[in-house]
Amino acid sequence: MRKSSSAPFHFLTYFLVIGAYAALQVLQARGELSATMRGMLVPICAYVVMAVSLNLTVGVLGELSLGHAGFMSVGAFLGTSTAIALQDAVPVPGVRLAIALVVAALCAAVAGFLIGIPVLRLNGDYLAIVTLAFGEIIKAIFNNLYLGVDAKGVHVSLLEDTTNTAADGRLIIQGPMGIGGIQKISTFTAGFILILISLIVIFNLVGSRAGRAIMAIRDNPIAAQSVGVNLIKYKMMAFVVSAALAGSAGALFAMNYSTVVANKFDFNTSILILVFVVLGGLGNMFGSIVAAAVLTILPEALRPIAEYRMLLYAVLLIVMMLTANHPLVKAIFNRFRQTGQIQLETDDEEKEAA
Amino acid sequence: MNFIIQFVNSLTSGGGAYQLLNHIINGISLGSVYAIIALGYTMVYGIAKMLNFAHGDVIMVGAYICFYTFGAMKLPGPLAVCAPLLAICAAVVVCTLLGVTIEKLAYKPLRAAPSLAVLITAIGVSYFLQNAALLLWSSSPKVFPSFFVFRSVNEAGETVTLRSVQLGSLSISFVTIVTIVTCVVIMLWLTWFTGRTKMGKAMRACSEDKAAAQLMGIDVNATISLTFAIGSGLAAIAGALLCSAYPNLVPTTGSMPGIKAFTAAVFGGIGSIPGAFLGGLLLGVLEIFAKAYISVQLSDAVVFAVLIVVLLVKPTGLLGRTVREKV
Repeated sequence: MRKSSSAPFHFLTYFLVIGAYAALQVLQARGELSATMRGMLVPICAYVVMAVSLNLTVGVLGELSLGHAGFMSVGAFLGTSTAIALQDAVPVPGVRLAIALVVAALCAAVAGFLIGIPVLRLNGDYLAIVTLAFGEIIKAIFNNLYLGVDAKGVHVSLLEDTTNTAADGRLIIQGPMGIGGIQKISTFTAGFILILISLIVIFNLVGSRAGRAIMAIRDNPIAAQSVGVNLIKYKMMAFVVSAALAGSAGALFAMNYSTVVANKFDFNTSILILVFVVLGGLGNMFGSIVAAAVLTILPEALRPIAEYRMLLYAVLLIVMMLTANHPLVKAIFNRFRQTGQIQLETDDEEKEAA
Repeated sequence: MNFIIQFVNSLTSGGGAYQLLNHIINGISLGSVYAIIALGYTMVYGIAKMLNFAHGDVIMVGAYICFYTFGAMKLPGPLAVCAPLLAICAAVVVCTLLGVTIEKLAYKPLRAAPSLAVLITAIGVSYFLQNAALLLWSSSPKVFPSFFVFRSVNEAGETVTLRSVQLGSLSISFVTIVTIVTCVVIMLWLTWFTGRTKMGKAMRACSEDKAAAQLMGIDVNATISLTFAIGSGLAAIAGALLCSAYPNLVPTTGSMPGIKAFTAAVFGGIGSIPGAFLGGLLLGVLEIFAKAYISVQLSDAVVFAVLIVVLLVKPTGLLGRTVREKV
């Protein structure tokens, strides 16, 4: 695994994100963005946040998570519900969005903490399967959840609508129908701010004492423990932060559409985000951002070849993985990489392990 | 025979007990399909140390091949009984070749690569198979033919289609019986194969230590290919059995059973062949019970929740080996 990037690299990441935002705003103002592209700006932001947050779990903490979409789902449903419930109380869309994103992050953090209790006791593929199971459980629950809000408060029921929401209230989550009639209050600027906040949170965490502890756990849990690093505490810290960011990304994503259903956040979505992380490079936030943006646009860009596009996408994915791991390509990359020495060392270790 | 019927009737005299037995049988049948798929997962994991996410889609390809060969075959009268068997054989051959080809093209170049890279490649292969199926066979659902029915002539001279056997008040469909028997046969064969044959021993040696196996003169690459071949062949059989029981065939048919079987493999302890068998059966029974007694919509949630609890108690699965990490 690669060591986390150094401080100048962080500035470069911020710089490029801000630059991309400014460029897109200019293009949008001059009307040079197509309708599809404009429609994709917010989803791209949401996927970027998902990718960097998953990178914290997979790249920095070194644990494979196959249920990241579960946290996105928690944030999407509870954040959007909050926004709808506050529709009259908070008339300014921006403020309402901010509150919804914070609530989404908190709810997802709680979910992350709860799932973290069993998950962080496990290792490797067993941990992966539990996160997968978690994603499926969340999907099943939100597919059967009814949540209504009226003057008397919040009513929740499972499987059937027994919430008895009063006529003046509103049934927000309607089981398999999900949430309908959402006001589209997510904006590109909000997405951009969320990306910046995520980057600030992650870069500061990674650069801190806690971040070094997390990376120590990734590189060698036994050695880390033997020098007094509290495994559970730091694993939990990374996991909960990652979940919270994913939750707010989910809320941002959901409020870009008029309806949201639980099946949108399934195993395939988790995998999609994992693909962004791995292609972008483990522990490399900048790579995640680029991969998330490019791979979200790619299927759209391939639209002219309509029915073959997903096939081509699959082939590209395989070819990219094969090329990136080809010994020759690796050797060339290593020569140009600053941290080449560390890379070579770990490569040798991997060979020994294999 | 009378004795069995009496026994079953006595067991099933109460309505609840009858239903319970029925659910157990259905559960074992579904579990057998999961077990066959999980065996493929676990063998590949054991030897290549990779989660082959494309495995579920090999099931789907197997089912399609089965569907089309069966449809294309026009066998005369008595030979028609063999048609399902021939169709399954065709599916096994195609899927075996497919499995070996995938391994050669996509996984072999990544032997030394980090496991996540292999995982993503497997996901790419899975996307590829699903979308290729979409192009080749369209997204409109195919109704899989009932393979396991027998036509006989009753006393009145009418042709009757038999779909199930009656044991007292209990009716068990032929699909169920065939599925369970197939699973047991496969399990016994695999136990014999990995335990007694030279190739099976080579397989176990490779999963223990590839470098040492190579030094002992074992062709590691050929052994890995063989494992993929067996796993994919089993996936084809599982596809045919799955679609005989649940006859709706679309390009994504394999995904969910694939994930469930992967879960089953982990449940039993990944890498362990008896574990996959046990995990598959338990998962099937659990799913049917959850559907019957708790809720159809929440059955998946229940199954996965039980999985989490099991892994909490036994972090390496039911029959998994605990490897103590040495410093």
